[in-house]
Formats: sequence, C-alpha cells, structure tokens
Amino acid sequence: MKKIAITKLNDLYAAIAQNQSLLLPIKRAGQTNFGIWTEDAEVDLQTLKTVKSAKDAFFPQSENLYTCYKDGKKISIAPEKLQEESFVVFGMKGCDVRGAMVLDKVFLANPVDNYYAARREHGIIVSLACSQPEESCFCKAFGIDCAEPEGDVVTWLTADYLYWKPVTEKGEALTAQVADLLEDADDKAVSEQKAAIAATVEKLPYANISLEGWNGDALKEKFDSPLWEQLYKPCLACGTCTFVCPTCQCYDIKDYDTGNGIQRYRCWDSCMYSDFTMMAHGNNRNSQMQRFRQRFMHKLVYFPANNDGMYSCVGCGRCVDKCPSHLNILKVIKAFGKEGK
Amino acid sequence: MHDHECTCHPGYVHDTLVPQVGIITDIRQETPDVKTFRIEPPQGGKFFEHMPGQCAMICVPGVSEAMFSITSSPTNKEFQEFSIKKCGELTDCLHSLEVGDQVTVRGPYGNNFPVETDLKGKNLLFIAGGIALAPLRSVINYVLDNRDNYGHVDILYGSRSADDLVQLKEIQEVWMNTKDVDVFLTIDRPQDGWNGNVGFVPTYLRELAFDTNRIAVLCGPPIMIKFCLQALQEMGFQKEQIWTTLELRMKCGIGKCGRCNIGSKYVCKDGPVFRCDQIDELPAEY
Repeated sequence: MKKIAITKLNDLYAAIAQNQSLLLPIKRAGQTNFGIWTEDAEVDLQTLKTVKSAKDAFFPQSENLYTCYKDGKKISIAPEKLQEESFVVFGMKGCDVRGAMVLDKVFLANPVDNYYAARREHGIIVSLACSQPEESCFCKAFGIDCAEPEGDVVTWLTADYLYWKPVTEKGEALTAQVADLLEDADDKAVSEQKAAIAATVEKLPYANISLEGWNGDALKEKFDSPLWEQLYKPCLACGTCTFVCPTCQCYDIKDYDTGNGIQRYRCWDSCMYSDFTMMAHGNNRNSQMQRFRQRFMHKLVYFPANNDGMYSCVGCGRCVDKCPSHLNILKVIKAFGKEGK
Repeated sequence: MHDHECTCHPGYVHDTLVPQVGIITDIRQETPDVKTFRIEPPQGGKFFEHMPGQCAMICVPGVSEAMFSITSSPTNKEFQEFSIKKCGELTDCLHSLEVGDQVTVRGPYGNNFPVETDLKGKNLLFIAGGIALAPLRSVINYVLDNRDNYGHVDILYGSRSADDLVQLKEIQEVWMNTKDVDVFLTIDRPQDGWNGNVGFVPTYLRELAFDTNRIAVLCGPPIMIKFCLQALQEMGFQKEQIWTTLELRMKCGIGKCGRCNIGSKYVCKDGPVFRCDQIDELPAEY
C-alpha cells in the first residue's frame, strides 16, 4: 500500500501523463465525465457517478474502422490503426470496472474485436473506491465490492490522502513510474473507510435486491409474461438508458463520405430504437414493448445464459437516475422477482 | 478463417470487420428483380472458403452494407456468386452496377447446412420459395457435386410467376438432368405458356405427399415457411428432420452489434441455419 497527499495529486496526474495519456473524471459545463487530463482540467473526484460510464475509454461512442478510397472504379481500403500506446483510466468505480469485464465477454469472444482488444491491452485501470455510494446504487447485488473495486491499481480517497494499491503487473509497472511521488502506507489505513462504505451500502434501498429467478433458465416463460405489457408503457424510446450504461454494447456500422475517402465508422446504437432491427422484409421487433423486453431479457437472461451466469448489469444505477420516465431495471427485477409477487 | 494473422493489424488475428475489395466480373439477370453477381477479389478466384448456407457482407462504400447468402457452392473452385433481389437502398444500388465495378466483401459468416453430418447419406427434400432458392442453391449444388454421398433428391421450388423463378437455366439444364433428382416447379397464378403446376408451395407440397424417409431443407418467406412446416408435420415429419434458415437485420456479422440477437442466439454467428426444433426453443421474435 502506498499513499500520496491530496495536495500533490496534480503532480501525480502530471507524472502519469508524462508517459501516457490519462483519462479521469473532469468537470465541464457542470457535468462530470471521463476526459483527457490537461494542466487546466477541473478534475472532479467528488462526483460519485460520471454522467456516461467509462465505457468510452475502451469502446468509444464513435470510432473509425477503416477508410475506403475510390479512384474511378478502383477501391482501396486503409484500416484504422489500432491503439498502440498505453493509457491510464483513473478513478473508475467498481461498477464501471466490472462493466469493462462484461464488455470483454462480448468483444474478446471469438472472433475477437481487434479495435477493442488493443485498447484493453494498452489500458491501465486505476479504480477508486466509492466513499459515498448513492441511493440508486445496487452494485452489491451483482457481487461488486465498491469499497475495494477490481482494477490494475485500486485507490481510496480520504480527507488527506489518496491511498494507492497496485494489484496486477500492469498496476505494478505504473506504480514504478510514479514511485518518487508515493510514500509507504499501512494496509490498515483504509480499513476504516472500507468498513464505513460497507455500512453505507447496507443502508441503500436496493443494495440487496434479490436476483432470484433471474438466470438463463425459464427464458420463454419470462419472455411470454404479461408483465412486460404493463412495465414498458412509460418508455419513451429515448435510448438514454443504453447510452449511459457501462455494459450496453449494441452498435451501428455506417459510412461517412468525407469528400476525401469514405470513413467506415461504428457508433453506439440502441436496441430501444424502432429502426434497430428494421430490414427490407419487415421488423421483427416492431413494438416498443418488444424492444423494451429485449433490453432487459438480454441483460438478465440471454447474457447470463451465454456467460456462465454473469449478468450484463453492474448496478451502477445510471439508468435509474437518468430515465425521464422513471423506468429502470430495478422495476423489472422487482416485478418478476419474489418482491413483486 | 478467424485464426489467420491479420494482414492489416500485425500481431492480431484476422480482422473480420475489415473487408476485401471485390470486382464484379459477371452479372446475370435472373428475373425482373433478381440478378446474380459473380464477384472476385482483384487477383481472381475466391475471397475465402465457405460452406453451403454461409453468408458474406457486401458493401457499396458510401451507400450501405448487408448480409447475403453465398449462392455458389463451395465445390465451385473458381469463383463465388450472390443472387440479390432489388428491394432496398443497397440492393437498388447493386442492381445499377456493371461488370468491372468494385464493391467490398467480408466473411464468411454464420454456420452452414450440415452437409457432412446430418444430411449425409440421406434422401433430401429441398423446398424453396422465390429468392430463397439462393441459399439452397449452394447446398443443392454441393450435394449434386458429391452425388454418391446422398440419397434421392427432390426439389420443390415455387415463385409468384414463371418470370420470377431464379436460376431457371441451371434448374432445367443441370438439376433436371441429374440422376436421382426430381424437380417440381410451381407458380402462384396461371400464366400463358406455363404447363407446370399452379398453386402455392405448401399446397403443392401436400399434393406431392413425400414419405418421411428424408431430411427436409426449407427456405422461403416467413409465411411460406410457416405453412410448409405445418404441412410437413401433417405428413409425418418430425421437427428434427427439418432444417431452415432465419433472417434478421445484421451489421457486424460476428455476434457483437446486437441486431440479430434472438434469445441467447445471434443469427449471424449461431445461425442462419437452424433445425426446426432448435427454433422452437427461441422466443417467437423472428
């Protein structure tokens, strides 16, 4: 265990940024999101949840796959370079780190998505324990410990110090880069904070929500349930839940003609949109009820069925906070679970 | 395919999202709205090896990209073909292209008809409607090119009119003249100059009253599949004897973009070929 005085955090950021780009929560125009550190950036470690998850670091909202050049009839293809330099994502919370592990199951499964794989290979995660979990948090239900999150380095923020604990080889290597700035610390230094976080978590209304009955089984029974018809009604199909979600991975592939080459890019898409599955011979999910059902069935039934029971939800609660219709995955879990019956 | 080292991203496996350039080397007008395109890489030959039923993504850069079944059989060692119906933005554009024009191709995607396992040694009944002959043509030609490995072959093919029958030349000149192959054609409505059967495929299927000592491979519009499935079951076929394909919107082709997800399956990766009892296990959302 190491530590650094919070008055020296800027030196730490600068030291990290000297060797690689550093992404961390930055406040801009009143909103905190992950962004690249610069000397004049307003770093915000106090806001518990960035508006969007840290998903962009590994699976950007929009990225080029290749550029297609046309010379008369002749086409040539120039693939986009993959991530080659290492980078650090600092301040990821336990839910977002697990979110990346959920995305790994998708993008690193055969056939591997090289664009994602290269980012994961070169990305170093410095996670941060959640000193003040909020009402909408329910990561505990998915076995996530926000008092000691996963990551290459785990950190804790107290009134005076940032405590720093390397966990993986990547984490050790990063620690060696900034060793001059770190002092030795006792593991016990954060035990009080960890206990306080655990106590706070226990008091959260949804921390212990039961996922009983949600697994890959009884797929058709859940699919055919009349509950969906009641649950989906307030849904506006805005897609906000999918865009703030750390695990939503649906994407679109499109071409943009720049006038000097046609860029093939992919960008986040949403299964909540009416044209998501539209094709020439029709649409297999043509009602909002079907699309709403798809999102939750995927997260709580289809995904676990394919991934040894791992849910495609990490309980970050962003969809709970951001849905304009106050709909969310908690309502779905409860409606089907024993609490709803 | 997926294990090759990537030529554009050294150190990584072959990147299936980056396509190859394809040159259209032949176009056959099959029907008023279906053309068969022969597409080859610049050096000629085939883009990759495929199995019957597998698909590829074809793109006109700047227009769109979509999944098409590879209609030529793997036993065709020289080139690959795609039969494409004009029915949307991309296919309208493809139909306007000429020999020599270039597109991009990536694949092969999906699973294939079990030609080397479940179909081997069996009598086979192929049932197709309209453009759905495209995926079946690959299997049929594979079977005919390996004739000794399969039993008797019946092909039931129907379309709206005589003008809408795809690959008619090959059907008449090759399939109808191959030993132990019976071809039954039908069109929806009577038409001058048509001496064959008139009526929908499911009705004709019942009239032909095939015995159940065969595997059925069924491909067509959803409504035809539904009624043919009903007919086959009434004729005594088990769902385990019937193979078909699903078709959903696709973008990536590798089971990640989420479009073709149905239940815990991705049609682009786990399909498009399914046995009918496997389809029963999926949510009714196709």
